Amino acid sequence: MVVTRNRRQLLAIGAGAVGAVVIGTGLEVGFGRGVAWAAPNDTTDLVKKFTGGKEATAGPLKVVAPEIAENGNTVPLSVMIEGDLPAGRRVEEILVLADGNPRGGVARFTFSAEAVPEASTRIRLAETQNIVAVAKMSDGSFLTASRQVKVTIGGCGG
Amino acid sequence: MTNVKPRIRLDRKDIKKGDTIEVKALVSHTMESGQRKDKDGNTVPRKIINKFTCTMNQKTLFACDLEPAISANPYFHFKLKPQESGPLIFTWLDDDGTRIEATETITVS
Repeated sequence: MVVTRNRRQLLAIGAGAVGAVVIGTGLEVGFGRGVAWAAPNDTTDLVKKFTGGKEATAGPLKVVAPEIAENGNTVPLSVMIEGDLPAGRRVEEILVLADGNPRGGVARFTFSAEAVPEASTRIRLAETQNIVAVAKMSDGSFLTASRQVKVTIGGCGG
Repeated sequence: MTNVKPRIRLDRKDIKKGDTIEVKALVSHTMESGQRKDKDGNTVPRKIINKFTCTMNQKTLFACDLEPAISANPYFHFKLKPQESGPLIFTWLDDDGTRIEATETITVS
């Protein structure tokens, strides 16, 4: 692949600018404070349905995905709990959503007491967007986390 | 889809109580998203694996509901802390009702 240095720099600057805007609005509108940001697709509704309108707090939940995905058809994704949870508090389900796909739903993991609350899979991302995870805890509370992934080639066919 | 061969890999099958087993599970499937169009502009109907479960002795240890946003040849990596010995049964359910199954027996001492 022949890419001149100028073009590469331009692309990097462009991607950086887009990223900054998205991260900026995300933080201001409500990441970290729960589920009150406006997603371009049905992500917000799916989160509300999952939590029953309850507020999800930022917590030890973590979404692991590459910062830049060259191929949106298969983006490695992991969700996990970082550190130990208080005794008696367990993750029952983790809902994973992508706010820039045609539809927000990605996966819903169900963990028994005999499973470690951690899972990896490969997902499709249509464009640069946020991956949002919401965990349902055994005490009825919810945790949330998100991660932005920049996608160079989209993964929804066409 | 015929002759689908699921692939399961466990990092070990013989554990002590409280130990963790790492499971990797993969099955060949196009995971047609229902978003794609064919050459004539018709939408290709959705056909995906919509549910994956890992059960033992009628108990579901790990499960996942899949949406079209899961890549082709769905792959899962997860960890179990089984409390008893027995066969781990892995099941994939297709939109068309096809059921793909695989079994691995583990021993917990």
